[in-house]
Amino acid sequence: MIERRVISVIVLNEHGVLTRITGLFAARGYNIESLTVAPIPGSKYSRLTIVTSGSLRVIEQIIKQLHKLIPVYKVIEHSDLIEKEMVMAKIPLEERLADVEALCRAYNGNIVNIGQDSAIIMAADEPSRIANFVSALKRFNPKEIVRSGVVAIER
Amino acid sequence: MAKMTGAQMVVEAMREEGVEVVFGYPGGAIMNVYDEIYKHRYFQHILTRHEQAAVHAADGYARATGKVGVAFVTSGPGFTNAVTGLATAYMDSIPMVVVSGQVPLSMIGTDAFQEIDAVGISRPCTKHNFLVKSAEELPEILAEAFYIARSGRPGPVHVDIPKDVTAQVAEFNYPKEVKLETYKPTIKGNARQIKKAVEAIANAKKPVFYLGGGIIHSNSAELVRDLVAATQIPAVETLMARGTLRYDDPMLLGMVGMHGTYAANMAMSEADLLIALGPRFDDRVTGKLSEFAKYAKIIHVDIDPSSIGKLVHVDYPIVGDLKAVLQELVPQAKEKVDPSRYEAWREILNRYNELHPLTYEDSDEVLKPEWVIQRVGEKLKGKARISTDVGQHQMWAAQYYPFTRPREFITSGGLGTMGFGFPAAMGVKRGVPDEISINISGDGSILMNIQELMTAVEYRLPVINIILNNNYLGMVRQWQTFFYDKRYAETDLSMQPDFVRLAESFGGVGYRVKTKEEFDKALDDAISKGVVALIDVVIDRYENVLPMVPAGGSLYNMLLEYKD
Ligand SMILES: Cc1ncc(C[n+]2csc(CCOP(=O)(O)OP(=O)(O)O)c2C)c(N)n1
Repeated sequence: MIERRVISVIVLNEHGVLTRITGLFAARGYNIESLTVAPIPGSKYSRLTIVTSGSLRVIEQIIKQLHKLIPVYKVIEHSDLIEKEMVMAKIPLEERLADVEALCRAYNGNIVNIGQDSAIIMAADEPSRIANFVSALKRFNPKEIVRSGVVAIER
Repeated sequence: MAKMTGAQMVVEAMREEGVEVVFGYPGGAIMNVYDEIYKHRYFQHILTRHEQAAVHAADGYARATGKVGVAFVTSGPGFTNAVTGLATAYMDSIPMVVVSGQVPLSMIGTDAFQEIDAVGISRPCTKHNFLVKSAEELPEILAEAFYIARSGRPGPVHVDIPKDVTAQVAEFNYPKEVKLETYKPTIKGNARQIKKAVEAIANAKKPVFYLGGGIIHSNSAELVRDLVAATQIPAVETLMARGTLRYDDPMLLGMVGMHGTYAANMAMSEADLLIALGPRFDDRVTGKLSEFAKYAKIIHVDIDPSSIGKLVHVDYPIVGDLKAVLQELVPQAKEKVDPSRYEAWREILNRYNELHPLTYEDSDEVLKPEWVIQRVGEKLKGKARISTDVGQHQMWAAQYYPFTRPREFITSGGLGTMGFGFPAAMGVKRGVPDEISINISGDGSILMNIQELMTAVEYRLPVINIILNNNYLGMVRQWQTFFYDKRYAETDLSMQPDFVRLAESFGGVGYRVKTKEEFDKALDDAISKGVVALIDVVIDRYENVLPMVPAGGSLYNMLLEYKD
């Protein structure tokens, strides 16, 4: 049984730490669906949020192997958490922007910029809803879609 | 606090850590450090003739003594030559610190002369690595490197130091104690789990001790011997655990796995409880996983949580230092376990042993490798350390040498590195100078680091190399015989150097022997002379290592003999 998991990793901010983590996934053939990183304010640590998938045994190994890396302070395997992802897209101005705006609002978003020939929109919501949003957006012929990857926090 | 250069700090750190010997090879990027070595003689520096050999020598030293082995190399090719040594040590969890020079900070990333992304290359084959950015952080990094190398599951640590950092001046404040917030190996095992494990042992009918390399690393062979004697439970040893029990221990069934004994492999296959003390369930041991120890519940003690349950389901996982766990477990087991309970089980295994003992057909016409190993054992057991290279000779040594204690057998198990044996044996000799250091090698393997004859002669490290010469890359040839219809693709080594003259040209002593008498004479002579020696032993070209479990087969399906 393949399961999707969100794992948060708290690591020391030091040279090469991100390569250590991605290297671990690459060397063992583990999957990374998305990865976000940012420093934790007021500390010497960074927080990585990794979305991965695999069998229970693979997930267990991933967690144990992450623990084993020297600069890893903590590994949090979420069960009860709030997940959010952000997406931005460029929509041609000839599309019906009122409809686009309504769609955005349904997904916690908005039009954030209007340029010469395209509007830039954004939305931030649960990853599965963002997937719906992206497919609904297709109707408006987006020129570019950028997803941020997942961030998560325990409830 | 004293101010000093980065290079001085490296040398001072060695003094703080009590390092007595460094194996290495200089070059541009690490010259400042070598200049300090020239000025101070805190430790001996042994100049090998190849960086790979420097790292293997540090590794052999570490395996024989239990201390951290140390090697210094330069940037670029110096470092890439060292990588095989790092990977070898990593796979076998050997404590080691390798310091490499790097191009100056300002030149990193410019494809400068002799620049290579050393920390990028070493990351997957070290326990941890560091790129030093300033002399200020150097004392702390070096202290951490030693601490990480020897604590928890030991392993090699690599410290890459740019040339300008070795010239920078800063305060040298060597940490007396290392504390890493993010790294805290579990030492004590969970008391409840230990209690449950003891109950499982007391209630088992067909238990087996599955002894692994962790016993050697954690220095817990005494406790294991005590436990085995008290419970009278049969035991098997992995390649890395050879010497945990004495060869004549009545409970020892021999080595387990691909070239294990029939009794050992059957014990694993029929057991109802495996008591796994520090093994890592290597595929050369388990064979086909779905058939491995099918009827057994498993107790697994290991300091590395990721090692537990990686390949097989474990019913009683215990994370902790094996020694600390055994200190708790052994007294409880002595109290709870009744040895008479396993009498029927021991009898079954004894019968297996009588049915298919480890054996070979001796000959008067041609030397048999098994005889040679047994002979070395008769003459030297308990008095020598045995290193090996990789191939058939390694397996014969593991099968037939009468091991009496831990750290007596030095071999590359996890990576299986040809070329390991001789430099490792030099490190062993340096670590335990009072004992005889023997390297058992093949005609293929020995050529991979033969240049070290020069190092051994120069530094008076009288290693005796015994080459079991079959004019083949024997182990590969054996697989070709069994599984490739004897298509001996590129394994014929009929073309050979004159090993005797080769040894002599380096200033050592060479022998070529074809009979038992000649072998005895050569070995006695090499031992009494105490010189660097090479005994080229002409053996039966077609001898195979048996028994054998074909790769991926199940342990109970062994090839016991091979008839042409
Ligand atoms: C560096 C390296 N290259 C290749 C191999 C693959 N290999 C394993 S055993 C072996 C043959 C070893 O031959 P030899 O040293 O003559 O020993 P024998 O098996 O004949 O005892 C080879 C090529 C290896 N283990 N290490």
